[in-house]
Formats: sequence, structure tokens, C-alpha cells
Amino acid sequence: MTATAMANSPVPATAPEVMISLTEVNKWYGQFHVLKNINLSVDKGERIVICGPSGSGKSTMIRCINRLEEHQRGKIVVDGIELTRDLKKIELVRREVGMVFQHFNLFPHLTVLENLTLAPIWVRKMPKKQAEEAAMHYLDRVRIPDQALKYPGQLSGGQQQRVAIARSLCMNPKIMLFDEPTSALDPEMIKEVLDVMVELAQSGMTMLCVTHEMGFARTVANRVIFMDRGEIIEQNDPEEFFLHPKSERTRLFLSQILHH
Amino acid sequence: MMDTSNIPTSPPEQRLPDESPPLSVVGPIAWLRANLFSSPLNTLLTLVSLLLLALAIPPLVRWGLLHATWTFPQEVADGARNASRKDCAPGGACWIFIRARFGQFIFGFYPADERWRPILAFILTFGAVAGMLLDRVPYKRANAIFLFAILPFLAFWLLFGGLGLEIVPTRMWGGFMLTLVIAAVGIVLALPLGILLALGRRSELPVVHLLSVVVIEFVRGVPLITVLFMANVMLPLFLPPGTTVDPLLRILVGFTVFTAAYLAEVVRGGLQAIGRGQYEGAASLGLGYWSMMRLIVLPQALRISIPAIVNTINGSFMDTTLVAVVGLYDFLNIVRTGSRDANWIGTEIDGFVFCAAVYWVICYGMSRYSVHLERKLDTGHKKH
Repeated sequence: MTATAMANSPVPATAPEVMISLTEVNKWYGQFHVLKNINLSVDKGERIVICGPSGSGKSTMIRCINRLEEHQRGKIVVDGIELTRDLKKIELVRREVGMVFQHFNLFPHLTVLENLTLAPIWVRKMPKKQAEEAAMHYLDRVRIPDQALKYPGQLSGGQQQRVAIARSLCMNPKIMLFDEPTSALDPEMIKEVLDVMVELAQSGMTMLCVTHEMGFARTVANRVIFMDRGEIIEQNDPEEFFLHPKSERTRLFLSQILHH
Repeated sequence: MMDTSNIPTSPPEQRLPDESPPLSVVGPIAWLRANLFSSPLNTLLTLVSLLLLALAIPPLVRWGLLHATWTFPQEVADGARNASRKDCAPGGACWIFIRARFGQFIFGFYPADERWRPILAFILTFGAVAGMLLDRVPYKRANAIFLFAILPFLAFWLLFGGLGLEIVPTRMWGGFMLTLVIAAVGIVLALPLGILLALGRRSELPVVHLLSVVVIEFVRGVPLITVLFMANVMLPLFLPPGTTVDPLLRILVGFTVFTAAYLAEVVRGGLQAIGRGQYEGAASLGLGYWSMMRLIVLPQALRISIPAIVNTINGSFMDTTLVAVVGLYDFLNIVRTGSRDANWIGTEIDGFVFCAAVYWVICYGMSRYSVHLERKLDTGHKKH
């Protein structure tokens, strides 16, 4: 699996650090087999885009990585911690793994600044002043420092999603998961969110991103994964993936999303 | 994208000036037309309402104000004899009944020399509560510590006595003071208990879930009077023989559990309105269950539930009058008892009207505050 990543960086000084590894992961919703024998290993600094038709299990897979969904068979290790029923370990993993959702999931009763400082203060036990300084730094980075004292309900969709990204970054995570971050946005707001994500990718963040933004995949991903009906069908570096898809299903999917 | 500078606009000198709207749209006449006479049915209802008001208000004013007796006759004021119903003019309210019995209505059988204690406890509580509720008052944190950690013990000491104060047993408590004690203690304890029961009912832990459901459904399935009787009679059975439980304490336990069960269902309704996204957003940041509930879920769920919570609290406040059935002299009960006094036969209505006015003022105040609270906590997220 890491073959492509290795090929991109010919002589690694040290062996790349594995941040996430999924081994033979299976999951069912009742009788429905959503994830079938998923094997995936993600190195530090890798940027992976996951695509596939709806219901293919791509969201479920990344939600298993921070245990918003529970897998029933197989093994998931994140940042050296295996995910089991152990709540303490789950919370440890979640501190290190940021997640950005399709519908932002900001806290509507708190201001933007409070949204950003809440987890650093209560989970990381950071002093309030320091948390606020960090929050302003990240709001600056997503280019909305002037909205700090507003409530999420007063912002546009694109601004809300950038706040959500900043909120995750405030926890200083080692990994960022994006679950269709631009799917709920009006077209003119997609770019402002993608710009922030591209910048984040350039800073060396380990990222897994479920998205149909193929332009984004081309610019930042070093691996694209195609899923269908709970399986990983194909994974490759973006050029190969788009130009020479190996399987028929990938080809069909690409022709549908690229020529609509 | 679109360059608006090329779109032709009329030069300023040709623009029409703003005019004030015609009188048929604004002003009192327009308001009357829109609200009271907008349709034949509406006009009819307005006229019928006016007629009913014209029939009801003059007799009420005559009875309650114009023909009412407000002051004691001279010999009563001089202390030569006690006042009675006969001192009141017929056909008018007998307010001197309230004046003559006022101390008892407020304090029950609390010794007259010690009444400064409940008064002081009330002033402290009222001050602390007002300090919490009014936005302008600073030191909220210190105030909260005083209100929840110090005041309960202080107030208990003041009311009950001991440690240098004369002990006033709870059977001597009564009147408005007793009503406030039952309502305040019951509601203050019932809200957290109700929240815990609501969370328990939604818990994934089977034992916690089952226990919460049993408590809520059992208590809600039984009238308050039954709960009060049971608390009075059955609570001692569960305790080791020989221990006696203060009758007021038994009632407080019953009343609290009853109110908590209703509040639990109200809060559960609010909890159900919080989408899964909020839980996931909080969980993804590493928040544990209690932080998630305290910081994210409950603030939103309780805000949604404010009208229903205030409704339940309002009802509970009225329900304090039911403690009369187990022999406590709450405000309503002591006023009714007073009007059965041989000297005051025929003052039931006066007593009831007085009680109703007092209950109404308190409940209306609560309801106004809840409206204010809803507005204050509205952060505009309903738009989305």
C-alpha cells in the first residue's frame, strides 16, 4: 500500500512513520455489510482523497478512524493506539484526530471564538488566554479573524466550514479527517474552503479527505482511493488514477463525475 | 463578477423623495382596524368581549375597591377589642380580614419574636436569586457559590434554629413562608434530579436506563396526592425502626421526586431536539460524556425547553397547595382556615381572591422572566 508513497520519495532517510493502519476491517449495519476487509495504511504527512459513489462506505471508513463508528472485525491503530471499547483510548485518539463534517457541526450556542477554545480549555486544560490566542491565530489562517465574536448562525456556509476547520486545528491534531467538507456549500463558497484545505496540505498535515472535488485531488493528494460497495477497489497516485484507471467500475465512476 | 458600475441609474435630482405612509396603514385607527375589526366575525367577537368586560368590571371594582373595607374601626385600632367580619361593610370585600391575620398568613405559627429569621432568610434568598437573574449585576460566580453552597445551610439554620437560635420545629412553619420553602427546595432539587433522570432515560447503559424509566413512569402514573400520602406514611417504613423523619422532610422528598419526574420528560424532549451532529462534533474534539452534556448538549436542550420547564415549575408551585391533605398549613390552607374562624365567617371569597392575586403575581413574574431568558439566549441559529 505504501508502495506509491515510497515511489514518490525515492530515498527515505528513515522508514515513514505509519499514522493510521486498518487491517481486515469489517463493519455491518444490522445485516448490511458496509465495510468489507478494508486494508489501509497511512504514513505521516500523506494526503489521501477517498471517492466513490454514495453508499460505498467511504464516510463510514473515515468515521471508524476516530471511532464515531464502531468496527466489528479487524484492527484499527491510530497514532500507535488501537481502537477498542476502551473509552479512555478513544478520547486519546480523538484529541489527535481532527474532523470536519459535511454540515459543519459547529456549536450554535457559542460564539466562533468559544467554539474554537472549548476543546483546548476543557480537554487539553489550556489556560483560557492561551487558548484564545491560539484560536485567533487559526482564525487568521482561515482568513476570518473579524468574525470571532459572532455566532455560527450569523455566518455564511463557507465561513462556518472554515471555522470548523480552525476549530479542529486548535486541538493541534496530528491527523485531519474531512467528510465531504464542501458538499453542503453553495458553489461560490467551495473555493474558499478548498483554498484553506490546500494550504493545510502544504503545511504537511496528514489528511484523509472524502470528497468529489477532483481538482483538489489532483493538486494535493498523493494517493486517491476509490471505494464501491464497502470495498477499496483501487488506489493510486492521482495522475495514474485519473488517466489510467485500472478497473471498469472506477472508469465508469470517473466518467460520471467528470462529465456531468 | 458582475460589474455594477455600468448599470444606468437615475441622477439624484430625479429620484423620488421618501413619503410617510398613509394613515390607513399606521396609527391607532389602522391598528384598530387590523386587529379588532378585520372581519365580520372579528368585529362580532370584539363587541361581545367589550360587552362581557362592561358586565364584569364594574361589579368587581365596586366589590374589591369602592365598597371594600380597608381600615379597622377606631376601637380595634386602639386595641380595645379584636376585629371581626361584622366590622366590614356588606357588599364589599373585607380586606381587614387579611390585615388582621396577615402575620399568620405569612409565617403560620412561627413565634412572633422569631419572625425576623424567615424575613432575613427570604431577603438573602431573594437578593441572591435576583443577583443571578439580572444581567446587570456582577460577581455571578461568587453569587452562585453563595446561593447554592452557603445559603441552603444558612437559611435552614435561620428557619429551624439551633446553634444559639431558638429551635422552631417544622410543625410551626406555615403560611406563605411554608409555601415558599416547599416550592424553592422542591424545584431547586428537582431540576438537577430531573436532568439526571432525563439523561438516564437516554443512557445506553441498561441498568441506568431501566431505573430512570421505572422512576419516571411510576411517579408520573400516580397523582401527587398519592405521592404525598405515600411519602408521609411509607417513607418511614424504609428507614430503620426508631428513626423518625420530620413530616416536612417527607413531604419535600415526595414533592421533589414528583416534580423531577415531570421535568425529566420535559428535558428529554429538549434533548431529542439536539441533532446527532452536535454529539459528533463534540466527540470528535475528544470531549467525554459529561463535558459533552454540560458544555454542548444541555445548554441547547435546556434553552429549547425553557417554556415547558417554566410551565412545569409553575404547575409545581400551584401544587404546593396539595400539602394541605397531609395536614400542613401552606398559604392557601392557612387563609382558608382563617376564614373558618368564628369571628370571620363569610370571608372565604376575600381570602381566595387574596391568595389568587399572590399566586398570580408570582407565576406571571416567572413567565415574564422566561420570555426574557428565551430572547437573551437566542443566538440566531434558528434561521438555519
